Amino acid sequence: MTEKMTGAQALVRALEQVGVDTVFGIPGGAILPAYDPLYDSTKVRHVLVRHEQGAGHAAEGYAQATGRVGVCMATSGPGATNLVTPIADAYMDSVPIVAITGQVASPLIGTDAFQEADISGITMPITKHNFLVTSADDIPRTIAEAFHVASTGRPGPVLVDISKDALQSTTTFSWPPVMQLPGYRPVTRPHSKQIREAARLMTEAKRPVFYVGGGVHKAHASTELLELAELTGIPVVTTLMARGTFPDSHPQHMGMPGMHGSVSAVGALQRADLLIALGTRFDDRVTGQLSSFAPHAKVIHADIDPAEISKNRHADVPIVGDCREVIGDLITAVRAEQADGRKGDYSEWWRLLNGYKETYPLGYEEFADGSLAPQYVMERLSALVGADAIYAAGVGQHQMWAAQFIKYENPGTFLNSGGAGTMGYAVPAAMGAKMGRPDKVVWAVDGDGCFQMTNQELATCAIEGVPIKVAVINNGNLGMVRQWQTLFYDERYSNTDLQRVKRIPDFVKLAEAYGCVGLRCERPEDVDETIRKAMEINDVPVVVDFVVHQDAMVWPMVAAGTSNDDINYARDMAPNWEGGE
Amino acid sequence: MSRHTLSVLVENKPGVLARVAALFSRRGFNIDSLAVGPTEHDDISRMTIVVNVEDLPLEQVTKQLNKLVNVIKIVELDNSQSVQRELMLIKVRTDSESRSHVLELVNLFRARCVDVAPDAVTIEVTGTTDKLEAFVRVLEPYGIKELVQSGMVAIGRGARSITDRSLRALDRSA
Repeated sequence: MTEKMTGAQALVRALEQVGVDTVFGIPGGAILPAYDPLYDSTKVRHVLVRHEQGAGHAAEGYAQATGRVGVCMATSGPGATNLVTPIADAYMDSVPIVAITGQVASPLIGTDAFQEADISGITMPITKHNFLVTSADDIPRTIAEAFHVASTGRPGPVLVDISKDALQSTTTFSWPPVMQLPGYRPVTRPHSKQIREAARLMTEAKRPVFYVGGGVHKAHASTELLELAELTGIPVVTTLMARGTFPDSHPQHMGMPGMHGSVSAVGALQRADLLIALGTRFDDRVTGQLSSFAPHAKVIHADIDPAEISKNRHADVPIVGDCREVIGDLITAVRAEQADGRKGDYSEWWRLLNGYKETYPLGYEEFADGSLAPQYVMERLSALVGADAIYAAGVGQHQMWAAQFIKYENPGTFLNSGGAGTMGYAVPAAMGAKMGRPDKVVWAVDGDGCFQMTNQELATCAIEGVPIKVAVINNGNLGMVRQWQTLFYDERYSNTDLQRVKRIPDFVKLAEAYGCVGLRCERPEDVDETIRKAMEINDVPVVVDFVVHQDAMVWPMVAAGTSNDDINYARDMAPNWEGGE
Repeated sequence: MSRHTLSVLVENKPGVLARVAALFSRRGFNIDSLAVGPTEHDDISRMTIVVNVEDLPLEQVTKQLNKLVNVIKIVELDNSQSVQRELMLIKVRTDSESRSHVLELVNLFRARCVDVAPDAVTIEVTGTTDKLEAFVRVLEPYGIKELVQSGMVAIGRGARSITDRSLRALDRSA
């Protein structure tokens, strides 16, 4: 089919053709031509957000919850620069989003025109790829390429910057366009020799661990992972980005590793003789001091991005490929080993690990004054809301508690900002997730600091009919920073106190002002009823102000830059690694 | 540290040089020399990048470069298996007495004199980094007024071409 139309019409048509059903954005001068045909589209729903950062995180939440590409749109200059944070966030967490920005008309580019910013230059180091389009003829092909690049290989954000004159001029639309990406050839099929070597090492190892990252869920390989884990009997740890990829309730699950990981997960990595790292990147928040990370372990490292392999830790067996294919091939190879009578014996290993699990379970301190412990709120959310819901966390203490104390059984049910650590992620991401999965209950678990960064999107939720639920874990402080001040800065609380006593803002009134239901809970005995009440409201968004004790801390903890071996499971309490009580 | 010469085939599009340069600076890799120019194929440019890194960071450099969508192919050229050249233009102070000495050096180094003024000559010389450095050393006593040098370009020895296979890939996608 070929048809004459404007560049703007071609853009909207191309978005329809690649299957976009939701776009989060805000119009403005340079992108204005695109909003005219968008007004007529019956296939693409545009959600008018209140801040472009909200549009970007909503696109991320949509992508994380659906597995499809999330889309956000903004105008030139400040509209585009407001997208920078969510784009950087998506880059760090490999989230497939396409950001479409208007640019000033091509003759004005480079003249410091009104609302001009070099957004393709600005986002160069934080996008998987980006495009500057100055001709209407290039729009359909570029959109096809952008969605292809964003969603294949290692997923990531792609920005398409389109000049106003390209949107306004006339072109001939035809679909599908021929993509021109000669340098883009992601490898998805793993090398069979490496797979056999990996299977051999897994059989021979005495203390192996599956170190599972976000790439496994991105490859939709959680079913395969469960099969491989049960076939081999090898313990599993799931990183912050992989929570839910392997069921928390499974006896082989050791918990989350890292700075705030469980003793059993951190101990499993540190004492392992073999790491089978799947879709993970040896982030410093997992490894702690790199030189003392898993010091006795050989490493099998499978990732779709060759640049991640041996970047931080040398891989003895490097495997480049899509995790689903890798795990599938590993199952076949391990079966072949077992058919030949070779099966790993990990009984000693399990004795040690089960000892860690029993001796050092996750725990927390309750307060004598009857005030609310934030971890208790998480436990009750988990119990009453359940594992079918989607949870989106902000960044800080509440994020860690949400990762630790909510039990995840299904992949893609815990959304958070892992790599970038973007405060303000939760509310817009929950909105995006709910729009992508309206059948799911979606809870944003936010801190009071984070919540004040992006809560304007509650207006969007209320107006667009997106009934998310927000649990504000209100400790009146920038809690994680305060925790570090407690531990490392002599309790000098420089600029972390958000002055809760003044109740500015009052989150219940704020919720009501935004057309949401506001609830408050300050005592442990009221938690269950408050959550139940929130669960009963499904026509408007609900905000629950959980007023918690400000001195609650996240444990266990590996202090930044120190060895995982020096983990404390409570303040000044170090585990005994040799086992025994 | 050791010097490595990378030949990088890239799409001939605006902004590609900026992407490559930005990648090097962001990842903390130093470029010793960089030359960019067209190839026998209109759609492809070729960069010759000389980096001074250990083997392990070099592997990261090439892997990260390969992730750039506009990068088509990267080949490391071994010094002994390739021809490497730099171009230098040097303006040397001369008078009637010293001019003949300078011109003698020009001949010895198989350089060329490209401009003559009463009190200076401008010399064009090509060669490896070592040769150019040696040439500069012998000219220094006469007084170097100005010097400009290109990045290194390099090509593999023998009949094989690094562009053959990549070009076929490009034709397929076109």
